[in-house]
Amino acid sequence: MRKQPLQEERPVLDFTDDYPVFTHAMKDTHTILVPDMLPWHFDLLAYILRLHGYRVEVLHNEGRAVIDEGLKHVHNDACYPALCVIGQFLDALKSGKYDPDKTAVMITQTGGGCRASNYLPLIRKALKAEFPQVPVLSFNVSGLEKDSGFEMSLGLILEFAYAVFYGDLIMSLYNQTAPYEKRAGEAAQVRQSCLDALKPQFAKGSYRKFAKHAREIIAAFSAIPVTGEKKIKVGIVGEIYVKYSPLANSHLEEFLLHENCEPVVPSLMDFLLYCAVNPLNDAKFYEKKSRSTFLFRFVYKWVYGKQKKLNHLLAKSKFEPMHDFERLRVLADKVINQGVKMGEGWLIPAEMSALCETGVSDIICVQPFGCLPNHIAGKGASRAVKALYPKANIVPVDYDPSATKVNQENRIKLMLATARENRK
Amino acid sequence: MAKLLGIDVGSTTVKVSVIDETGEVLYSSYERHFSRVKECVLGELKKVRSFSASYKACVTGSAGLGLSERSKLGFVQEVQAAFIAIRKYYPDADVAVELGGEDAKIIFLTGGAEQRMNGSCAGGTGAFIDQMATLLDLSVDEMDELSLQAERVYPIASRCGVFAKSDIQPLLNQGAKKSDVAASIFHAVVDQTVSGLAQGRRIKGKVLFLGGPLYYLKGLRKAFCETLGLDGEHAIFPENGPKFMSLGAALYAENMQEEPIDDMISRLESAKEGGEITLGEPLFASQQEYSDFIARHMRSDLSFENIYKYEGDAYLGIDSGSTTTKLLLITPDCKILYSHYQSNNGQPLEIVVGRLREIYSLIGNRINIRGACVTGYGEDMLRAALKIDFGVVETMAHFKAALYFNPDVDFIIDIGGQDIKCFKVKNRAIDSIMLNEACSSGCGSFIQTFAKAMGMEIEPFSRLGLFAKHPVELGSRCTVFMNSSVKQAQKEGASIEDISAGLSSSIVKNAIYKVIRARTPEELGEHIVVQGGTFLNDAVLRSFEKETGKEVVRPAIAGLMGAFGAALYARENTSSGVLTSSILTEAELSRFAYSSRSVICKGCTSHCNVNILTFADGRKFISGNKCEKGAGLKPSRTVSDVYTFKYESLLSLPDGAAAGTRGTVGLPLQLVMYEQLPLWVEFFEQCGFRVVLSEKSSRALYFKGQHTVASDTACYPAKLMHGHIESLLDKGVDFIFYPCESYNLDEHDSANHYNCPVVAYYPELLKANNERLTRENFIMPYLDLNSEKATVHTLTRALGRYKLPASLVKRAFRAGISRMQEFHARIVEKGREILAEAEREEKQVIILAGRPYHADPEINHGINKLLTSLGIAVLSEDSIFEQGNDVKVNVLNQWTYHARLYRAAEYATRHRNVNLVQLVSFGCGIDAITTDEVRHILESKGKLYTQIKIDEITGLGVVKIRLRSLLAAIEESGRGEDDHA
Repeated sequence: MRKQPLQEERPVLDFTDDYPVFTHAMKDTHTILVPDMLPWHFDLLAYILRLHGYRVEVLHNEGRAVIDEGLKHVHNDACYPALCVIGQFLDALKSGKYDPDKTAVMITQTGGGCRASNYLPLIRKALKAEFPQVPVLSFNVSGLEKDSGFEMSLGLILEFAYAVFYGDLIMSLYNQTAPYEKRAGEAAQVRQSCLDALKPQFAKGSYRKFAKHAREIIAAFSAIPVTGEKKIKVGIVGEIYVKYSPLANSHLEEFLLHENCEPVVPSLMDFLLYCAVNPLNDAKFYEKKSRSTFLFRFVYKWVYGKQKKLNHLLAKSKFEPMHDFERLRVLADKVINQGVKMGEGWLIPAEMSALCETGVSDIICVQPFGCLPNHIAGKGASRAVKALYPKANIVPVDYDPSATKVNQENRIKLMLATARENRK
Repeated sequence: MAKLLGIDVGSTTVKVSVIDETGEVLYSSYERHFSRVKECVLGELKKVRSFSASYKACVTGSAGLGLSERSKLGFVQEVQAAFIAIRKYYPDADVAVELGGEDAKIIFLTGGAEQRMNGSCAGGTGAFIDQMATLLDLSVDEMDELSLQAERVYPIASRCGVFAKSDIQPLLNQGAKKSDVAASIFHAVVDQTVSGLAQGRRIKGKVLFLGGPLYYLKGLRKAFCETLGLDGEHAIFPENGPKFMSLGAALYAENMQEEPIDDMISRLESAKEGGEITLGEPLFASQQEYSDFIARHMRSDLSFENIYKYEGDAYLGIDSGSTTTKLLLITPDCKILYSHYQSNNGQPLEIVVGRLREIYSLIGNRINIRGACVTGYGEDMLRAALKIDFGVVETMAHFKAALYFNPDVDFIIDIGGQDIKCFKVKNRAIDSIMLNEACSSGCGSFIQTFAKAMGMEIEPFSRLGLFAKHPVELGSRCTVFMNSSVKQAQKEGASIEDISAGLSSSIVKNAIYKVIRARTPEELGEHIVVQGGTFLNDAVLRSFEKETGKEVVRPAIAGLMGAFGAALYARENTSSGVLTSSILTEAELSRFAYSSRSVICKGCTSHCNVNILTFADGRKFISGNKCEKGAGLKPSRTVSDVYTFKYESLLSLPDGAAAGTRGTVGLPLQLVMYEQLPLWVEFFEQCGFRVVLSEKSSRALYFKGQHTVASDTACYPAKLMHGHIESLLDKGVDFIFYPCESYNLDEHDSANHYNCPVVAYYPELLKANNERLTRENFIMPYLDLNSEKATVHTLTRALGRYKLPASLVKRAFRAGISRMQEFHARIVEKGREILAEAEREEKQVIILAGRPYHADPEINHGINKLLTSLGIAVLSEDSIFEQGNDVKVNVLNQWTYHARLYRAAEYATRHRNVNLVQLVSFGCGIDAITTDEVRHILESKGKLYTQIKIDEITGLGVVKIRLRSLLAAIEESGRGEDDHA
């Protein structure tokens, strides 16, 4: 506003370091390492990328060495997810399993106002010190990092969308079954066999028979004999990486299972829909319309349609359906404005409300220590959620390299103690 | 029915209670376990054998979880245990506050039960109090006694021990009374509990205070009652307060199976030590390796000269550090005549006077003190008090000393009691300086505090680590985090030896990876000199060598390097005409006396706590002031400081001339308002409102809103906003206007123009956490100022109840925008004037680069004035960035305010007399990204980078050292350039 938009060209001084670019030829020579976020979703997504000729490998390395590598290479105040991801990359590159000259790493970028959009430069910086030859690929739909971008094709996006739906479905059904299974390990077996059965569908191109595959998955989980006991359901909301990644949240879902609870983890697709709907909100609030607005609207409608279909199928089964995204938006409006769109923004209180509405009033809100958007939408909004749902029992848990497991578990146990108290 | 047994295993103590069938308490105990948890619990179990052969038993407490798992005893979460006990013994309580060794909890019992625990970054606990007592060199009981005699309370940052220390140290060094400091510490604990835990809920009604510290410390009790406004009827301190949780656990044990106590004992005895902790390598593989190591380091030593026999000149160096005082007397050829190293117990002046008397008695007439020099925190005060010839900033002193031991030195690291200093050296001049941030200063004094907590002296404690078999990994962050790591290690059964070695190694890792932020050890350099008292600890030295893989030089006088550097400085700078030092003579010293008092300076709105030392000969020394006014000097005629200009201009914006027929609007002067105030003042005045600004920021204002702060790790500017809102509500405005803005102004120099999440959406947090805010009195529309159409539309709707015509809104908005542009132009113009003047007078210019809201004196703590008092002209980033070129940086450049930083830095690289100092608010996650880039821009063009982290801390001691070091380095490099020319 202060300066006129149309102005003479100003010189631009370049203070950037050189970095290796992922060239087309590298597709054949390089192994691409992907950080671990949602183990089962990513298994499927990596499979799809391999079908497209990328030699992708999802990392599963864990432990103190990973965190130590992260600590060495990331600024003290940068957030924990950056530290985990970078630690995982460097630990893998040092393991000797990969030839650094023939390895690349990949990261997603949303381009939002949160510093998460800056993971990519942080990774580049970290690699520069020890593996300067390793290129970083950006996986984004915002047109960032054009020279190192992933070649997005409509087909790939479509396959990914379906894979996310399948992943969400399997994750949700697993969480609803595993705590109650009569034979230990059966739910995990079914999860694996469902994934194995899906892969050939992608290879054949018949992955779009959505209802058919979804019904098969639901049937497979329905067939698992369960005990029918009542357990406390615990919702997990919060920062996207910490929410899902076992590395970051110290295997939170397993911990809850161990504590005799049923973890309720909202689906990844809700986050993607949240990302798709934000530009639409911007267009409405700030007259920020562009050509992509139309595209986002189209994508949003299509995906939302699929979500409704899936929930329709689930409603007919013995399982709880996943959240309906339009309902999430309605619920968000009661707590916070949908203009809060950085990080996970309004989605966090929306998911908290949706969980409370469906009887899951015991909730863990996870965030990296000092997460900026979470000050507002997580810790900041939970009081407002509690005002609407007096039974809500929400505990914020911070994750960072030095927050000890004892401390985190103690906090969660405290929340569970209240939950049990409330049941009386 | 069986007797009930409750065992509460906390971070520092074990509490055990036995309740009989009738509910009567037969036994209860409270023991410190000194991290020997298992032994301590076993001892207690054996004691309670006399009451019954079998029990229903249950364990609780933060360190009890692992114990219960391994010994298969029942467990109950400690807050739940408290709940049960409260219900039984105090059913009418409304709130319970419990402080333990390392945790703090609040339980709201009525009006919606809720339980809160301290976050992972929170002091305000028993351990914090212990740490502070150590700092004051008092036992906790003595500190408590003293606090009751306090006359005043100083503001002390309460978030964590490290912060508090940086507030307390300057107070002590300036001679503040220990009694006042002690009381202030307790008040800090209370503030932490209120802000960190209550988070928006008021603590009122009948309040129950539990846990050891609240039971034993009268001063702490008093502080709680005062702050919460509780009378004797509403503040309850139960007799069994410290053991309360164990009673709860015992009551909960009702649900357990009864079993013989001997079974429990034998299970506990045979319980395995856990294996979850990560272990490192031993520091020394063999005794031989250790001997070689010692022999190698013996080589770096100064030789001694006999003070009883020597005749001739000598130079005296004094290093008045934050926790220790060091003196060194050397001959002109650098032989040691006298040395002294002592904890200063908060009384540096007295110690130096005492030592000086001793020196005079030793040297008689044989030795002439030719020159003397002082460095460190106490520099100004000692120099004034004792008429010492020279003062030198401590970074320079350390550098000079290191240079003496290794002329090729390219890296110096000094770990002292409270700070870490690192210098990179190029061409025999300091190239860059790194000092620890308040957050990562887990330095030498940490080991000391920890040793005391273990009931040991520091030396035997650290020696234990030398031959530890499995040092534990304790992480590399601040002390509070290390405390919990230690807690975890203890839980897993690590030995004291392993913990001692682990602490040494974490201090080293903290220094290398967090302060220096080295990615690989090679970055440090080839010729490393290590110094500072902490390196006299062989375990730390060895850990450093192991971590870096290099053999380093540690002078035997590692702890005296500052004093040695000062003595060298005196030697170099004493001109041949001066035959004897100006330092007080033996005769003068015998008459030396002083008195100290503290007052609040009324010179300006900062209201600094000023300390006045009056000496027997009538001279005065004033400290604690942020500007010349406090020191009794007249401020300079012209304001060569954009910050002051901007702040004062902003405050004068609403001139009260507008009639305000439509009503009054309150604008909170914080965060985004520091930029947009001109816009909204003009807008609302044009629309017919009277504009009321919130009170000026102050510590008191912060406390006013503290109870609505939801996230205690947010930045200080954000947390201050809560006070501004309270202030406007109290002023009774019709409504408060505070917009949400995802997008900032597009200045066409970055990929996007976001605000940071906190600036963008803080109104949402305020609305959700301040129950006084309603739809009517708090208007927070979502705006994008770049779109006039959308903004006018949204504003018209948001102010719907005033039925403003859209045309008026549009006109007013346009007027507002141009007012904001005019205002900005004035700032830029002022910047130009200051630059031109600095050029004329050949003054150094510093761009104090941060955010618009750093103009708030409560946030910048008067750093701008400190700079002007050092003769520096001060610009702000927004007054200069438009003269910087657009830049391409490594990171995604997508925030408006941050893009300004890069351009301001670019401007500095092109101007010889201009340097940049970046102000960073603690907790600003985005600056974790920008600081590296700003550094990169400056250093790529050979400029020095300096970063100053600011928070609630008001002590400017560290900041001053940093700025003076910067100036000294600029001066040195200037000299270098002239030499080359």
